[in-house]
Amino acid sequence: MNRLLFAVALTLFVSAFAVQAQVHEHQLKNGLKVIVKEDHRAPIVVSQVWYKVGSSYEHGGITGVSHVLEHMMFKGTEKHPPGEFSRIIAANGGSENAFTGRDYTAYFQTMSKDRLHVSFELEADRMRNLTLPAEEFAKEVEVVKEERRMRTEDKPQSLTYEQFNAGAYEASPYRIPVIGWMSDLDAMQVEDLQAWYRKWYAPNNATLVVVGDVEPEAVFTLAEKHFGPLKAEKVDRLKPRTEPKQRGIKRFVVKAPARQPYVLLGFKTPVIGKADEAWEPYALEMLSYVLDGGSSARLTRNLIRGTKNAAAVDADYSAFSRLPGMLMLDATPVPGKDIAKIEAELLAEVERFKTELVSQDELARVRNQIVAAKVFEKDSVFYQAMLIGRLETVGLDWRLADEYVDHLKAVTAEQVQQVARKYLIEDNLSVANLDPQPMDGVKQRRAAGGRHGK
Amino acid sequence: MESKFISKLLLLTLGWLLSGSLLAGPVIQTWQTANGAKVLYVPAPEIPMVDVRVVFDAGSARDGDNLGVTSLTNTLLTEGAGDWSANEISERLENVGSSLDTGSLRDMAWASVRSLTEQHALNTTLDTLAAVLAQPRFNTEDLERERQATLASLLQDEQSPGTTGKKRLYHLVYGDHPYATDSEGTTASVKALTRKEIVATYKRLYVARNALVAIVGAVDREQAEAIAERVVGGLKSGEHSPKLPSVPTLKKAVVETIEFPSTQSHIYVGQPGIRRGDPDYFPLYVGNHILGGSGLVSLLSEEVREKRGLAYSVYSYFLLMRQPGLFQMGLQTKNSQAQQALQVLTDTLLRFVEDGPTKAQLTAAKQNITGGFPLRISSNSKIVEYLAVIGFYNLPLDYLDAFTGKIEAVTADQIRSAFRRRVHPDRMVMVRVGKKDEG
Repeated sequence: MNRLLFAVALTLFVSAFAVQAQVHEHQLKNGLKVIVKEDHRAPIVVSQVWYKVGSSYEHGGITGVSHVLEHMMFKGTEKHPPGEFSRIIAANGGSENAFTGRDYTAYFQTMSKDRLHVSFELEADRMRNLTLPAEEFAKEVEVVKEERRMRTEDKPQSLTYEQFNAGAYEASPYRIPVIGWMSDLDAMQVEDLQAWYRKWYAPNNATLVVVGDVEPEAVFTLAEKHFGPLKAEKVDRLKPRTEPKQRGIKRFVVKAPARQPYVLLGFKTPVIGKADEAWEPYALEMLSYVLDGGSSARLTRNLIRGTKNAAAVDADYSAFSRLPGMLMLDATPVPGKDIAKIEAELLAEVERFKTELVSQDELARVRNQIVAAKVFEKDSVFYQAMLIGRLETVGLDWRLADEYVDHLKAVTAEQVQQVARKYLIEDNLSVANLDPQPMDGVKQRRAAGGRHGK
Repeated sequence: MESKFISKLLLLTLGWLLSGSLLAGPVIQTWQTANGAKVLYVPAPEIPMVDVRVVFDAGSARDGDNLGVTSLTNTLLTEGAGDWSANEISERLENVGSSLDTGSLRDMAWASVRSLTEQHALNTTLDTLAAVLAQPRFNTEDLERERQATLASLLQDEQSPGTTGKKRLYHLVYGDHPYATDSEGTTASVKALTRKEIVATYKRLYVARNALVAIVGAVDREQAEAIAERVVGGLKSGEHSPKLPSVPTLKKAVVETIEFPSTQSHIYVGQPGIRRGDPDYFPLYVGNHILGGSGLVSLLSEEVREKRGLAYSVYSYFLLMRQPGLFQMGLQTKNSQAQQALQVLTDTLLRFVEDGPTKAQLTAAKQNITGGFPLRISSNSKIVEYLAVIGFYNLPLDYLDAFTGKIEAVTADQIRSAFRRRVHPDRMVMVRVGKKDEG
């Protein structure tokens, strides 16, 4: 076995050298930022266009407009009729999709590396020349309503999450669901989309991220050719919409047909760029890993394997968003167990950070996990592009993706304790409980003959 | 994060193994361990990491009368093994940044790890995986905890109209065949499972001749051989699981409605499809790509979503298994539109079975499948999954290399003929889950 291990150690050295990442950055005159990361493992390329717009840019009455616009981006320009975009990408062997979040709307294609120009030509075209036909909008907004029914209306936990956000945040636009309220979708007009498109879809409000088997200079030249002629737009400064200080615990109950209760807790927390101390968001990241960084972490160890009250439990915090959010905890019980007990256990885990320093073993384990994850992340060009695009779009620097490991490694047990004492307090807390209602009428009815299963 | 389509569904729909190749696939090396496990290996020296996936013919098709026993057995592997408790196993792996996942479906059950190739990390990971496979404890306490977790998961399924419908579809299509039940089993069956049954299931199925080891990473052939021996060397040789019973064809159409307090109706249409290695596989794959396997540009998407705005997701696919998996179509739409959407779905299928593809449709499909080949083998995680499937189903090792040629050779006549012979629109199972009153 020794021979094996010796050789493996050598491999590490050689390979680490071989995959040294190369990131290059260039800004076109019209303001479009182009970021290229070389990855020559496979003859493919991922190309992503990120716009600085999402549900947190919206206001009451037009919620969901960013996401509906994302759907309409596939509905044609003067040059390419509705549906043509997807057909061209498919015929070139590409895969494509788009996604909308609170802080961004992004479009991507993954293709063989010699087809990058196809992606650029089409993305540049729809950045400024969307036609937004009324009849296409009328159909597509119905598709989005079906999407809302599927993702939210008929999913009791998603409904709880939506109501939780709507109630926990006061002024922050993070209270707005990305998919929009149903009544706003019902009332949406194609004119709302036209205005939204003109306002945000411009080269100076976008980032183009390319990762794959490409040469940066060639990509910059190609970007100049297709995106260079586009005109910049005057983009308004966003209003701050700062969340006021919370003054006491908030509780919500959501009643929906369901089989199982569910509890969701959130403490208001700062993010990178908006914290009192620069290390605070990293300390919160560390705290969240100590709770839920794998099945040896505290939540699984104590609530699932320990008291055995919870069947599923998670902690979630993101240091990388445009506006301050929450550190969230959620859980579902083992059948028959009391959800109130689980809530108390979750809060006890939070309290423990305030009285007891996190052990050096736990800190070391998290550090080793994120170091390994940084290596594993090189296996996906898509994920590497996501990291860069997301950071740039929330107003941070893509270099943070590489510095993240060092920042997190520097967090001390005392700092974890300090952020727990400062932010994870009852006055900052919101709690939502899903209260399961009977699922009446769940019975089977046979309408025509045939054989029965078991 | 909202998304234009659903990635999970797309994965299912595309059936990633069915890809085409303009370029050559990776060169696959194969051998057997001393105790008789098959190994498939591809070197990937660029990143200092390795993926090892061990797959057993131990899915729920092997449950026998104890529905859910294979799934619970698989789950319990990592909940205590050798000298280590569940917490100790997780701690060992997470201390070195590795991950260990287990899972099971109808045909297969697996355990897979991803580790850095750095010496201490790799040693720890491989030793842990070896213990998990060869010395699981199946302690009563762990069993009870995981039983409860499974029961909780089954309750979650019951509050989902989609999962409810899909489960019912399988029951109606497969009847008494072992594919009829979801791998987790049922509430009643899971409650009744005993430790004795789990230990017996483990001894019967987790043996070397029933295993396939897939390795992709920054290790050379010698290292890979040592890894395979180390990981499965502790298993008894045993025997490969026997052949599964064949799947009876449906004699007539079945229509069933399940009343559910949801705003949408989930509609599932299906029948037994084809097994891995079926001679009609290439024409059916390319044909289905056109019908409902290519996302937004498929015929179903065009008719249901693009033209009429009836659903967010609509798809069709052939699920390939040891015995014929499902040919399935599905969509979700608000209750009042359920009948209309179902009509469009079945009309589109009927028309496609009758007419077959146009020349332009066939060309576009071939371009997409063959042009997209490099994407499908672009990461270690994708390649290790290919290896697992190629090895598990005994597909030829040049499967990927040969694929493009076979896709290119498919004709419109072959597609039409295969669909007419293999897809029977008059003998489908249709399940609708939703509120009847609004429909």
